[in-house]
Amino acid sequence: MESLKAIWAALFESLRDLLPIILVIGFFQFAVLQQPIPNLGEIVIGIVFVVIGLTLFVQGLNMSLFPIGESMAYSFVSKGSLFWLLCFAFALGFGTTIAEPALIAVASEAAIIAANGDMIENSEQSLASYAQGLRITVALSVGVAIMIGVFRIVKGWPIQYLIVIGYSGVVVMTVFAPPEIIGIAYDSGGVTTSTITVPLVTALGVGLASSIKGRNPMVDGFGLIAFASLTPMIFVMGYGMLV
Amino acid sequence: MLHIFTDLLAAIASTVWDVIPIVIVIFGFQRLVLRKPVANRKRLIIGFVLVLLGLGFFLEGLQAALFPLGRLMALQLTDPAFIAGDDIGRVLQWWDYQWVYLFAFAIGFATTIAEPSLLAVAIKANQVSAGSIGIWGLRIAVAVGVAIGIALGVYRIITGTPLYWYIISGYVFVLIQTMFAPRMIIALAYDSGGVTTSTVTVPLVAALGLGLASTVPGRNPLLDGFGLIAFASLFPIMSVLAYAQLSEWRGKHG
Repeated sequence: MESLKAIWAALFESLRDLLPIILVIGFFQFAVLQQPIPNLGEIVIGIVFVVIGLTLFVQGLNMSLFPIGESMAYSFVSKGSLFWLLCFAFALGFGTTIAEPALIAVASEAAIIAANGDMIENSEQSLASYAQGLRITVALSVGVAIMIGVFRIVKGWPIQYLIVIGYSGVVVMTVFAPPEIIGIAYDSGGVTTSTITVPLVTALGVGLASSIKGRNPMVDGFGLIAFASLTPMIFVMGYGMLV
Repeated sequence: MLHIFTDLLAAIASTVWDVIPIVIVIFGFQRLVLRKPVANRKRLIIGFVLVLLGLGFFLEGLQAALFPLGRLMALQLTDPAFIAGDDIGRVLQWWDYQWVYLFAFAIGFATTIAEPSLLAVAIKANQVSAGSIGIWGLRIAVAVGVAIGIALGVYRIITGTPLYWYIISGYVFVLIQTMFAPRMIIALAYDSGGVTTSTVTVPLVAALGLGLASTVPGRNPLLDGFGLIAFASLFPIMSVLAYAQLSEWRGKHG
């Protein structure tokens, strides 16, 4: 009985999270565009799916992604090997990004832009190799980002110094990069961090900061995602200059 | 109707596919480097399955219900015939797009509230700060940032001003705020820029950008359609820093 109540409460919470989107789309459809809703049945099923999905995700999060991220952080700290920790950080960043569907979509779009701007030959093969190169570039940049971020947590450096360096890097690269690549580069920072990576990486950072002496999980534990959104911009503009 | 369920299976299968590299990295290091058995293995596996099922349902639900309607809406709202109203053929000015700005603001806010990765970070921040950072406070602060960012990004596409002006002045503003913000919020604020743009926000916002860039005269969808995501990742940093400054100020002044 208690657990049934808990499930209802969780479902209700997910529905509440979704309510703003339903209101916005409903308002614009009826009041502004003044059109009926097409396929109402399908939309209702879709909304039920989204609510169920969000509820299961949050349940699973607390059972798997959070504990595994934290327990791996503790194990690496008790093992005491910075080298292996940094290897893990790089592999995690690289591995989660290379398969990211949003990135695959952005990379092939970027190849088309590059071909239109006469940066590369407009043939299927050169488009595919450009897109592939871009994906690897972004995945490398996220691997490097998580590695730097983990190193910062271990050393306890204030995050703003590294962010200033990163921002300066973006500004300098913007001056030299071909104009066609700038929009994609700026956007690529946002597409790298997926729904599975974010909780895992956050738990890793918080776990490290709470198990290393002298670190505060609030001040030092966050910030890994910030690096993962910053370095792709620099790397992608660099890729645009080289290719 | 049946195709929703077959699509659901496909969505779950593709989430499993995305997760494989992560599982390989985690269990590879666990086995070969840490050489320790995982604690609570059964609970962990159930949790992973729930995450996969949850994301599958979530994505398929969005695909079936909200994305088609949202995309269609973005195209209709940016259609010059709708914006010009009765007086078709006149030259449109940037203020003629008021419904587009409102839509950009509202959809930016609404999709951010539903973003699962932001929810995850908010839950963690709430745990770590022992409750002093509220789950809803953080989510609303981030959502307001995304809403302002996307509305401004839409204005940029309509006026055709260069993207890097906005981004670079945004950086300068963030750095100034960082000097005055409470120390414990800084890393979390920088993180909230990256978490806002994943499963829910990107598809709807990208449709809006491409729709606008292909209908506003003089814009090239390939060049000007990009950049909204960048706005959506920059402005939450400012709004979260501002939220923390405001809470601190309120704490000091009664």
